[in-house]
Amino acid sequence: MATIIMPQLGETVTEGTVAQWLKNVGDSVDKYEDFVEVSTDKVNAGVPSPVTGTIRELLVKEGETVATGTPIAIIEEVGAGASTSPPPAPATPQAEAAPVSAPPSSNGAAASSDPAAAGSDAALRGASPAVRRLAREHHIDIRALKGTGSNGRVTAEDVMAAARNVTTAAPAHAAPAPGPAAPPPTGRTSTYAQPIPGTIVPLTQARRIIAERMVESRRTAPHAWSMVEIDVTDVWAWRVREKARFERETGYKLTLLPFFIRAVVESLAAFPLMNARFNAGDGATAPSIYVNDEVNIGIAIGLPSNLVVPVVKHADKLSIKGLAAAAGELIDKARKGKLGVDDLAGGTFTVNNNGANGSWASAPIINAGQAGIVTMESVAKKLVVRDDDTIAIRSMMNCCLSLDHRVVDGYVASGFLADVKRRLERMGPQGEL
Amino acid sequence: MAVVSTTGSTVMNNVEAVRATLYEAMKNDDRTVILGEDVGARGNVFLITKDFIGEFGERRVIDTPIAEASIVGIAVGMAMEGLRPIAEIQFADFIYPSFNQIVGEAAKIRYRSNGEYTCPLVIRTPYGGGVRGALSHSVSIEALFYHVPGLKIVAPAFPADVKGLLNASIDDPDPVLFLEHKKTYRLIKGEVPNGHYTIPLGKANVLKEGSQLTVVSYGLYVHWALEAARSLQDDGVSVEVIDLRSIRPMDKTAILNSVEKTHKLLIVHEDNKFGGIGAEISAMVAEEALFNLDAPIRRLCGPDVPAMGYALPLEEEFMSSPAEMADAMREMVKF
Repeated sequence: MATIIMPQLGETVTEGTVAQWLKNVGDSVDKYEDFVEVSTDKVNAGVPSPVTGTIRELLVKEGETVATGTPIAIIEEVGAGASTSPPPAPATPQAEAAPVSAPPSSNGAAASSDPAAAGSDAALRGASPAVRRLAREHHIDIRALKGTGSNGRVTAEDVMAAARNVTTAAPAHAAPAPGPAAPPPTGRTSTYAQPIPGTIVPLTQARRIIAERMVESRRTAPHAWSMVEIDVTDVWAWRVREKARFERETGYKLTLLPFFIRAVVESLAAFPLMNARFNAGDGATAPSIYVNDEVNIGIAIGLPSNLVVPVVKHADKLSIKGLAAAAGELIDKARKGKLGVDDLAGGTFTVNNNGANGSWASAPIINAGQAGIVTMESVAKKLVVRDDDTIAIRSMMNCCLSLDHRVVDGYVASGFLADVKRRLERMGPQGEL
Repeated sequence: MAVVSTTGSTVMNNVEAVRATLYEAMKNDDRTVILGEDVGARGNVFLITKDFIGEFGERRVIDTPIAEASIVGIAVGMAMEGLRPIAEIQFADFIYPSFNQIVGEAAKIRYRSNGEYTCPLVIRTPYGGGVRGALSHSVSIEALFYHVPGLKIVAPAFPADVKGLLNASIDDPDPVLFLEHKKTYRLIKGEVPNGHYTIPLGKANVLKEGSQLTVVSYGLYVHWALEAARSLQDDGVSVEVIDLRSIRPMDKTAILNSVEKTHKLLIVHEDNKFGGIGAEISAMVAEEALFNLDAPIRRLCGPDVPAMGYALPLEEEFMSSPAEMADAMREMVKF
């Protein structure tokens, strides 16, 4: 039997249509005699039979289009008897021939073929650039890993798996273990977010910077501290009145923060020395104070593993509504880890909304390079004796200030704090945001 | 894809997509001129411009002598003086006589005239092998031209990309070398949106997402790479396949983003390996993403032989295959 395939009629032709069968089942056909007419988008052509014999089967209907190489008919060869000839199927190029390309050459320094070599310095020498970088970023010791790559090579995936294990191991350890748990091996590490007692938590880049900046600020700027109590009853009522509409229109929450920032920037305008920085000078230049010509307010935002202080630029040019939107966007970005370098740069004064966590007073560290930082503490209803000796229930909030005593003294600082208090107490209970 | 106005789509193969796009360009803008060998009375050897001469006349569909330097040289003049010529080199293998007109003239017009002139010229040419085309109908020429600033090179793999990129090439104010792989001409079919649309030059397409290996290709091999990548899916091998679509400008971002994710890069192309497109991609990734690499970059390319032989074993030896690509992918993922 010979299986006849759809021929390729032209170098770019990939399929053909059976236009007409010139023979029927049972008809005899001579070698080189046309037995079918095939049309393609380029040509119409009769196709000669490759053998002499009898048509046994027509596998494709007239008008049907099939890919080149598809069997279209079966012809029983004369005298062939039971012998069969293999179908001349088009050979698809297989890779069983001598491989054209060799497998990727392992680089000379790769780990030895002995998987046990993982765990030795050989692993370190054979580590790819990606493995080295990922190991550094995730504080993984490559030598401690068992590689799953070729010849026991530690792969990038191995490092990432190890990094995930460090994080996910924490909850298991957090469960109270019965009896004294065996101490983890010395030098084992965990992460800041999921610290395991008895392990070393390596500093992330962010944590290291925070540590350095805090020490620098504490060491160079003599901190002085002051606090006022502010009656926020009216501004609170104003906020409550506008809240639903604002959130509907902008998608951001309306907290007390933008009202507070508004009061602070107005007070900074009245006390420009609070919006300044101290230059210690060096041998060549005398110490000086630079009074900033921009008012850019940093907002301290606490995240599980670190602290970020994104900056509302030109905060003095924004309305309460504008401040709410700008702060909302920054807080949103901070929580999603999307803050860019620009978002964090250029702050001249910092506001810390500490009260969200119930704090009543705090002594913040100044953001290095600024003259002060104020906090908003928690708002609570209190019995207050007013100027006319009446007793009232009012919403009260403490506001704390740390100041760089090299830049300003108590006189300016308390004037500034009193000004913030006065402005905030005058806000509300209604108005235009 | 910048779809301007479309109503539905039509299934066509790559050769039909070229024809439909050229037809629309001739219809929509009478500055459009087609010139080349056998594009008129014969209607192009693949019948791409069949009947164009009857409809648009012999002043806009010009049968030229067998003189490629003249075809491109005349087209450069037309382009500088306000026409929108689409020059055809019948087979890429014949492009060499016009090398000076493409590299020495077209690519430099804007720079040389200090921006006074541009050269909105499209040079179309069928290229590539695997069609028993032998020495003079199989060549890949992209690497000979991609070294040249001022020249854009496009090599689509799918009919919808053929149309969008050819439209963008015609619209482009500078010369574009538009490469059409012969074997995909009738092999590859797909939906093509109706109406006029463009696909930006220099934008790659991530055809299949994957996490363990990035495969970059263009032209016919895109289809084979895709087939190979899909064949590995059941074995849990996850390969990302990127169709460059434009060779120059090259979409570096797409490649770098992918390598950042997969840490491994395989480049497959039909053209010779030495100094090929893969060499540039490889150098670029080594320069810009070394610390994302977890394996040596690998290139699976044509061998360094002078041409593709006619004999089937020679042609098969030159061409890669989905099976060979799958093997390379498997080895790289395992590395």
